[in-house]
Amino acid sequence: METLQTPGREMTDLTDYVLHLADNALILGHRNSEWTGHGPVLEQDIAISNIALDLIGQARMLYQYAARLCGGTQTEDSLAYLRDAWDFKNCLLVELGRGDWAFTVLRQFFFSTYQYLLYQKLTGSRDATLAAIAEKAVKEVSYHLRWSGEWVVRLGDGTQESHRRMEAALLELWAYTGELTTDAPYESRLSRSGVAVAVPSLQVPWTQKVTEVLREADLRLSLEALLGNTWMQQGGKLGTHTEHLGFILAEMQYMQRTYPGSNW
Amino acid sequence: MPTATNPNKQPVIQDPACQAGSDAELRFQQKVDNDLKIEPRDWMPEKYRQTLIRQISQHAHSEIVGMLPEGNWITRAPSLRRKATLIAKVQDEAGHGLYLYSAAETLGISRDEMIDQLHSGRAKYSSIFNYPTLTWADIGAIGWLVDGAAIMNQVPICRCSYGPYARAMVRICKEESFHQRQGFEILLTLSKGTEAQKRMCQDAINRWWWPSVMMFGPHDEASPHTAQSMKWKIKRFSNDELRQRFVDMCAQQVKVLCMELPDPELRYNPSRGHYDFGPIDWQEFHQVINGNGPCNRERLSARIRAHQEGQWVREAATAHAAKQAAKLEKQVA
Repeated sequence: METLQTPGREMTDLTDYVLHLADNALILGHRNSEWTGHGPVLEQDIAISNIALDLIGQARMLYQYAARLCGGTQTEDSLAYLRDAWDFKNCLLVELGRGDWAFTVLRQFFFSTYQYLLYQKLTGSRDATLAAIAEKAVKEVSYHLRWSGEWVVRLGDGTQESHRRMEAALLELWAYTGELTTDAPYESRLSRSGVAVAVPSLQVPWTQKVTEVLREADLRLSLEALLGNTWMQQGGKLGTHTEHLGFILAEMQYMQRTYPGSNW
Repeated sequence: MPTATNPNKQPVIQDPACQAGSDAELRFQQKVDNDLKIEPRDWMPEKYRQTLIRQISQHAHSEIVGMLPEGNWITRAPSLRRKATLIAKVQDEAGHGLYLYSAAETLGISRDEMIDQLHSGRAKYSSIFNYPTLTWADIGAIGWLVDGAAIMNQVPICRCSYGPYARAMVRICKEESFHQRQGFEILLTLSKGTEAQKRMCQDAINRWWWPSVMMFGPHDEASPHTAQSMKWKIKRFSNDELRQRFVDMCAQQVKVLCMELPDPELRYNPSRGHYDFGPIDWQEFHQVINGNGPCNRERLSARIRAHQEGQWVREAATAHAAKQAAKLEKQVA
């Protein structure tokens, strides 16, 4: 498959963009995999592990592409395991702690809604590799979206306790949702050349979908109270993260850092 | 003939006249002898049912508890490929747990009851999972040795007289043999790597070898249920026969790794056509079974914690489903 012949600035932007997409997928996949063996019921343990696996699979395709763009000795593993936190470009939302099941499914729902809209558009990217990756991934993400949306409704509507936990998760997560649809400079430049998706254009459909599901989950009032809150946490896309990412990397990168240059 | 409904909605046929030596029992044994499968609605001796419930649920619990030591390394797996295959593997174990709980449910016990038996200590799981996974090489050693021993035990169960168990095992064995190859490949990569990797590989083999040899259970003369289970074709080979096959297989495969099995008495005996091996430390075996292994308490408490923390989630799902059903009923009315 042909990659765009892109000189200078656009090349750097493309690498940053692919890493941003890859980091999002890897870090959320890593977080979700913390549930494996500890889920609330066996069937859902399998489901959340499956989502983790899909996300890590997406991350691998994207890192492999980024490694080709970087050239030299970079590999999918050097990009995942040998960069420090300030080089990671994932949104803050995906790195927040695992939380309880309410937090996990609501975060997944916010992220999958975004990722679904994003990948749908990215299938039309001028960059053939990105378009092909998006084409494959969007099928998986449509399942993540359905699964997480169903859980949001189930917990919002279920018992008093589950409703209370969903409200708490909503309050905690909301300020991290704005970054999903706020573009970084590399994104906006690449979107003008038809390579990246202009994420601000996803904001309206994202809010529509989220409102629709939260209404069904009987969480409309909590959402309306938050919609006025436009102060959003951001920085992840440019490498300024929360305290969580350093710990994720310390754990995830430990083998590669302790035994450098080994094949596994 | 009166029937009672069990939690799995399978009619259990109860016939008080069917005592040992009765016509029903003779017919049952004849079916077993002719290698015909016993199905959930067929008459079966109560002891056969209980033996199967014990064995299948113990097997299911082993799959679920076994997710923990391997799950330990998911967040620290040394490459993206290894991370993905480890998640997939642990997820497979969860799937095996599901098939096995379902197979046991056909015998008239619910999954909740079985889980309760695990958490209260009334049901056992494979003792091997009470050992810790200390390095990445342990993931390879579990695949090669633990899954290898499990396959040795489980392949004959594909021909078990109880249909649902036999059918579940066919699928499980296919996946397990894939896991075993993956495990061996992890060790093979380490064995060709740096000095530290080789050391890691040998260390893991040293720690997992004897516990794996013990997975086949006590020696035949100390295994009181074997004769009855063989008559019922729940079991096809004795503990010592299977253990010998395992030792013979590993003694060959370890050469490919250029590593050693930690047994100075291990050597090929041409007169037997098998490898002789040293004495098993049965004291350790019994200590671990009785709760004194390095991780018994941790493993069980991790399972109980996951179950308790999931309580509100399961309750919410049930409540939501009930509300939905009520809505639907109202619409229909």
